[in-house]
Amino acid sequence: MNAIKGFVLKTISFVTGEDFWRGIVAIIVFLLFWETGSRSQSWFGVAFPWVSQVPAPTAVLQEMYRLIQDPSFWHSAYLSTLRVTEGFLAAMVIGIPLGLAMAVSKTFYGISFPVFEVLRPIPPLAWVPAAIIFWPTQELSIAFVTFLGAFFTIVINVIGGAQAIDVRYFQAARSMGSSTWDIFRRIILPGTLPSIVVGATVGIGITWAVVVAAEMISGGGSAGSVGGAAGGGLGFFIWNSYVGGSYTQIVAGMISIGMAGYLSSAILRKIGEWMTPWLAEG
Amino acid sequence: MNPTSASVAVSALPGGAIPAQAARTGKVRIIDAVKYYGAAGTGVLAVDHCTFEVPAGEITVVVGPSGCGKTTLLNAIAGFHSLSSGSIYLDDEMLCGPGKLKAEPGPDRIVVFQNGALFPWKTNIENITFGPMMQGRLTRAEAYEKARDMMADAGLRGIENNYPGEISSGVRRRVEIVRALMNDPKILLLDEPYRALDSLTKSVMHEALLEIFYKNRVTIFFITHDLEEAIFLGHRVVIMTTRPCRPKKILDIDIPHPRDYSVLTTKRFREFMDETAAAVHEEATKAFAAGEKER
Amino acid sequence: MSETDLTKLPINTLLDRSDQMSSTAVAMHRLSLWLASPRPYLMMIGFGLFLGFWYLSVEVWKLPRFAEMPGLTTVVSEWLSKNPIYGLSIFVDEYYLHIWVSIRRIAIAFFLATAIGVPLGLFLGWSKRFKQFVFPVFELLRPIPPLAWVPLAIVMFHGSETPVIFLTFLASFYATALNTMLGVQSIDISYVRAASCLGAKRWQIFRHIIVPGALPFIFTGLQISVGVAWFSLVAGEMVSGQYGLGYVINTSYTMVRYPTIIIGMVTLGIVGYVTSAMVRVLGDYMMQWRTRELALGGER
Repeated sequence: MNAIKGFVLKTISFVTGEDFWRGIVAIIVFLLFWETGSRSQSWFGVAFPWVSQVPAPTAVLQEMYRLIQDPSFWHSAYLSTLRVTEGFLAAMVIGIPLGLAMAVSKTFYGISFPVFEVLRPIPPLAWVPAAIIFWPTQELSIAFVTFLGAFFTIVINVIGGAQAIDVRYFQAARSMGSSTWDIFRRIILPGTLPSIVVGATVGIGITWAVVVAAEMISGGGSAGSVGGAAGGGLGFFIWNSYVGGSYTQIVAGMISIGMAGYLSSAILRKIGEWMTPWLAEG
Repeated sequence: MNPTSASVAVSALPGGAIPAQAARTGKVRIIDAVKYYGAAGTGVLAVDHCTFEVPAGEITVVVGPSGCGKTTLLNAIAGFHSLSSGSIYLDDEMLCGPGKLKAEPGPDRIVVFQNGALFPWKTNIENITFGPMMQGRLTRAEAYEKARDMMADAGLRGIENNYPGEISSGVRRRVEIVRALMNDPKILLLDEPYRALDSLTKSVMHEALLEIFYKNRVTIFFITHDLEEAIFLGHRVVIMTTRPCRPKKILDIDIPHPRDYSVLTTKRFREFMDETAAAVHEEATKAFAAGEKER
Repeated sequence: MSETDLTKLPINTLLDRSDQMSSTAVAMHRLSLWLASPRPYLMMIGFGLFLGFWYLSVEVWKLPRFAEMPGLTTVVSEWLSKNPIYGLSIFVDEYYLHIWVSIRRIAIAFFLATAIGVPLGLFLGWSKRFKQFVFPVFELLRPIPPLAWVPLAIVMFHGSETPVIFLTFLASFYATALNTMLGVQSIDISYVRAASCLGAKRWQIFRHIIVPGALPFIFTGLQISVGVAWFSLVAGEMVSGQYGLGYVINTSYTMVRYPTIIIGMVTLGIVGYVTSAMVRVLGDYMMQWRTRELALGGER
């Protein structure tokens, strides 16, 4: 009851606040500028540089309305989401234990971290052709590149988080008679959780960026098309729209990708808040 | 007094070394000051009808439990915050009051902050010359010369080109006080400046502060929650109630200046401690019960 | 000598003297410490295992799937060959042309992103009103990954060079602006108050407090910025573009020059690492106060 009341009060004070209205004004001005800019050729006979090439927001809105009724669009979104989920989960499942192992064992850290650091500067997308050669299916190679995108970020965050745990916690636990396993489970794991959450939130953002590019490169690029006209995910969808000359679809696709990425980060943040209640500020 | 003899301990000063011409400026009068945080009615009352005076050329120490609102008062004098009502005068000039609830910050009232606010990206001498250079009062050469003199005077020679991060926290506080004095302020506002220091360093800092005070006779407004520190340093001690803060007891400490650490063991000092300890403890207990957090 | 006397000594006698040791001596000392620790040997084991697995799985055991990949010896001999079979090695001018083209694009994009992103971030953090009006639009556009801009960038800008630079710029720009803004917001309010106490005007506070105070975050942002710049550049070069390391990797795949793919990847890794190291060195140079503080063990 109180929580609902608090939420309502918060919403009211936000909606009536200066921040909200100035934000609205800013976004309206931005949309007007975009609309005018993209219609500048037909309205004033003068093409506004760059913006005149971009379809107007009203046209994009119409296109989006059409797209949400189109099952093949939803199929693209589904494919991309599936790949993001696969790659992201794989990165979590492999990255978290690996990061913890590196943080816990000095020897393992000494052996694996330099190799890790040498591979890290190679951008994930540079792996696309190698992945296509290695993995038997296109699907697996896209998932692999997606995995790489989130993997490095997650591992780095896990190591950093585990190493930043205050030594006094270990000493306190030891003095109270904890076993090594207890320390791992009750101190290192929860102590690392906040940075795992951070790594995951950043990681899923990268994952969306990678998936889109990987779909464009492997599906729409020079590697030959797979999965038919609209079957290659959102990245392929916008590439295909470009090839087909449907510019409103490009922008509509971009917006969908942005919303999908934003949503998945928001969901992860919520899960993170729920898993680390001690971080909540009163 | 040449710089070499300045670096002798305070205890070596002869009894009558106080400059005869006591400063006439820096008197602060706080009249019926009130500060609300948040909306009227639902907000928190931090300062409740506060009235007292900071005499010119003296050290006035305000003692109160953490989070009682004493820093709010200091911020109002410095011009960081507005008052909700009431007024504050500096030497009969109104800093803030009806019609102008927020004072303008200025180099006549310089704050030395709780955690220190030397700019870490400027060397010590760049920090010290910052005030006069920003105000355009001195040329670079003049400012540097004055700064070197003042640093030598305060026993801070040899660290001009070090960064604050390279010197100990005790020395940093002294640099910060020199930075303030460079501007010939009417009053120094010290916001628990020695809070983070260990007690040994703290005792050295107290004597160093007194030495600076005897030399410059600048009015000092000092905030602390340490009663011993307050009685040792102050001509006048103002004991505050817990939030909302209001003077509970104002004492004039008649232990003669110059003081040094032998004062701590005198009978008169213990009498002042006995007289005030109960009052301070009572407020601390109230603050604890109210669950005040550090602000 | 009483305790009081001790603290009144000229302060510099109490300071760490390490700054007067010659830098070579310090470097030699660090090197000998490093060699005495197990770290270099563990590192060798690590690389030995990695390279050994690559060599054995591809060229000796010929494991399924691995056998398709270019092997370690093939890649190395191709890379170091005076007459590379697939056309690209350290003795071929074209190799350096590709590197140069990529670096040039990174440099232009990084420069633009810094020149626009840092001031924007400073104002976003400094002025509440500016942030209220500008930040919502910024946040509206930011969730769209720079790589999703590829087709639109090709439509918006003519030629093949500008779209690639635009994509690279976009990724860098967000990282730089956002970190700069956070940097301004991270500045302790006491510094601003102290400056205003000391008589600094608003503009002087901006120049002497806000800009240097945000510098550590700005450089964190620039580090991220170079990283994501390479990330986007590669994607941009793979999809559209002529020359550049991303282009090398993609065309080597379509032309079935598999060892060259690996050469391209390794080169990217090296060049990417060097550029981010350059940003780090520049940051250390510009923030000497921080370097020196940390060198003393950072008591604070």
